[in-house]
Amino acid sequence: MSAVLEVKGLVKRFGGLTATDHVTLEVRPGEVHALIGPNGAGKSTLINQLCGELVPDEGAVFLGGTEVTGMDVPARVALGLGRTFQITNLLNDMTVRENIAMAVQAREGHNFRIWDAVARRRSLWSEADGLLAGTPLQNRAHIPVAGLSHGEKKQLELLVALARKPRILLLDEPMAGLGHAESQEMVDRLREVAQTMPMLLVEHDMDAVFALATRISVLVYGRIIATGTVDEIRANPEVREAYLGAEDELC
Amino acid sequence: MILILEQLLNGLQYGVMLFLMAAGLTLIFGIMGVINLAHGSLFMVGAYAGTLAAAETGSFWLGIPVALITAAVVGFAIEALVIRRLYARDHLDQVLATFALILLFNQAITWGIGRQPVFIAIPETLSAPVELLPGLFYPPYRLVIIAAGLLVAYGLYLLINRTRIGMLVRAGATNRDMVRALGVDIRLLYTIVFGLGALLAGFAGYMSGPISAVQVGMGEQILLATFVVVVVGGVGSIKGAFVAGILLGVVDTMLRAFLPGILRGMMPADQADALGIGIASMGIYLLMALVLLVRPKGLFAAGG
Amino acid sequence: MSTQSQEFKSLGLKVAVALAIVVLLAVPFITDIVGGNSALSLITRILIYSIAAASLNFVLGYGGMISLGHAAFFGIGGYVVGLLFVHYTDETPLMGVIPGTNQLLITIPAAIAVSGLLALIIGALSLRTGGVQFIMITLAFAQMIFFFFVSLKAYGGEDGIIVRRTNEFLGLNMRDRLTLYYVILGFWAVFMLALWRLIRSSFGTVLRGMKQNERRMAALGFAPYRYKLYAFVLSGMGCGLAGALMANFLRFASPDMLHWTKSAALMTMVILGGVGSFFGPLLGTAAYLVLETELAALTEYWQFWLGLILMAVVLGTRGGLNALIARGVALIFRGRA
Repeated sequence: MSAVLEVKGLVKRFGGLTATDHVTLEVRPGEVHALIGPNGAGKSTLINQLCGELVPDEGAVFLGGTEVTGMDVPARVALGLGRTFQITNLLNDMTVRENIAMAVQAREGHNFRIWDAVARRRSLWSEADGLLAGTPLQNRAHIPVAGLSHGEKKQLELLVALARKPRILLLDEPMAGLGHAESQEMVDRLREVAQTMPMLLVEHDMDAVFALATRISVLVYGRIIATGTVDEIRANPEVREAYLGAEDELC
Repeated sequence: MILILEQLLNGLQYGVMLFLMAAGLTLIFGIMGVINLAHGSLFMVGAYAGTLAAAETGSFWLGIPVALITAAVVGFAIEALVIRRLYARDHLDQVLATFALILLFNQAITWGIGRQPVFIAIPETLSAPVELLPGLFYPPYRLVIIAAGLLVAYGLYLLINRTRIGMLVRAGATNRDMVRALGVDIRLLYTIVFGLGALLAGFAGYMSGPISAVQVGMGEQILLATFVVVVVGGVGSIKGAFVAGILLGVVDTMLRAFLPGILRGMMPADQADALGIGIASMGIYLLMALVLLVRPKGLFAAGG
Repeated sequence: MSTQSQEFKSLGLKVAVALAIVVLLAVPFITDIVGGNSALSLITRILIYSIAAASLNFVLGYGGMISLGHAAFFGIGGYVVGLLFVHYTDETPLMGVIPGTNQLLITIPAAIAVSGLLALIIGALSLRTGGVQFIMITLAFAQMIFFFFVSLKAYGGEDGIIVRRTNEFLGLNMRDRLTLYYVILGFWAVFMLALWRLIRSSFGTVLRGMKQNERRMAALGFAPYRYKLYAFVLSGMGCGLAGALMANFLRFASPDMLHWTKSAALMTMVILGGVGSFFGPLLGTAAYLVLETELAALTEYWQFWLGLILMAVVLGTRGGLNALIARGVALIFRGRA
């Protein structure tokens, strides 16, 4: 079976610094591929190239077999790429429900209509309510995003991404800044989502990574130094030296 | 041939003038992120201050320091009173506040000095045309402007590439946050850059006095052309301001001088003149459209 | 509680709108008693300019695009009426093919179409960049159009075109100030209704999202350029309508309508009223024109005082008159409770 997301020999240089150094990786159907690495390893730079916000200097990115290297963000999204942002990136003046409805609206189309009324597009609102049902955000549906807590914004990030119904989800540190209980909740939620959707998970929280990942790639100084199952990565001496040794919290 | 050379020089002179204006404007955009519509007002202030001083003292040359100092002082005052409050605001507030400044300056000058244009004579030593090439007589005053402009360009080049302030200016134009992060007194840098821009605008204003009348509204005329120069050159780029300034100055001058004549070969004279002048005055804008199609960020976009 | 206050708000809005309709319909009778013809003319101008200001507000306030070139669309709308009128009286076709006309039902759609086309061209080029460049580029293109019409000597050049008679419309006597007022009021009402719907439409919602967070919208799959361009074109069409009405009202179209200070004036109206609010531009236009009229009656240097006021509004207040009124209303209600 071919990979949902395939990255081949990606290179990105900023002046003299090589932020992404011949990165090759793939996300297969049904898997949660975690990308870990110390701060400054180039994770954000890599994510931004996968999403189309940054143009790589060399290499190629394939989405479901289609080359998307030169495509902009909306074009990749149209091909089924979904993402969440590390620093939450939402429509702050709109409510929780409106943020989700906007994502549904993006998927449904008909957005050049100037004589309809969004309030009457029932499908948007019923789908938004359906996504909210059973989540902690349900009774916060009419609160503007600006009034949410950090944890709630992180949850909304995920809901918005899911509402777009992507074929693959790039998660940029979904646990960042969450408390212990909130993290646990997010892990449960992601595990549920992972049943139906492959993911590339960039994360610092090792508990979460080990709980969710089917495979792990380790990024150090822009290079992938190892890829393997959770156990293989735990046992890899190179990884231990380059990364695990540096961050005691891991073990 | 002589005529073409003469117009080329005229274009060069206009281009140098545009560069003097654009250099300050592009730095203020690039470093502070502020759009300053009142830059033309500083041009006007310099022109008025210098011209009045020259009329008072009878010496053209004494007008220069007066123009420079007045423009710089007014520039500092604007920066301290208005612009400083706008750094953190969005561009809309900046546009409107500096538009209000234009109204204030124009009205204040109309109030104090009047609507009538003020004239200033070219200094005697520079008024007799000199023969540059056999048959090519050219007013030396314009040559002085060209020389002064090129000198300023060279000075700016040295300032920006050889000094510490220049280094900060360059860094600021590519990455404003980085300069902030370096712990530089950014406020002082802003004030210096704004003052320098004001100085150059005042100088350009005074030097253009003997060529075109000193009057209310002169600032906006050159401001709009300067905007085109900044856009074509690339916001934040002094090199872009120089290249685009000269290019647009020459193109504008050549079109105005020769287009009606060329069109006369194709249609009745009066129509040719009207159409020629019309297209010529649209020329730099059409050129801008062309540049935008190929390079949306300008010829020498900073940080790009 | 939130739905209750929402209902209360929407009821208040309905009352306010009904009241506004009654007042606007009664304006000629009120001005008959106080102020006379000049007051009626002032209010008519407020209606027309508020169409242009609201159109600008659509890209500026709802879309976050700071255009300093909207006078181009306003002016071109006026010139369409002027040019068609000239060729109607001359009985010669415009550019050899387009017959002239003095029918409002033709000139208005023509003006809207032409200004929309111009907005498409200018927008397509200037939206390739953003920020400071966008402001300068829109300004520069508007200036280009200004120079174009100044050099059109065949159509009055700097002096512009005199439209000897207001366009004909449904056989009404358009020379009558009262009739003309009601016709313009009708166009204004249709425009405001359309704008109300537009803002709440699928497209309007996307545009508001675009202003709040373009990066997020791109991540949802909205390509910003297309949506912004569409908004820019619609906005240009609104300004074209205003320009066409103005040319009919003043019976005059001149490069003055295209001058960049007109763009700045429209922007001033928007900010005086409150950026991104529905009724803001109307309030702002009224404030601007009343201020202009009153100040000009007092002093020759009225622009000086306008400048000071503008400066104070920009540096001192947030949200313009609209926010000020909202705050006042909130204060009154809180005081009663």
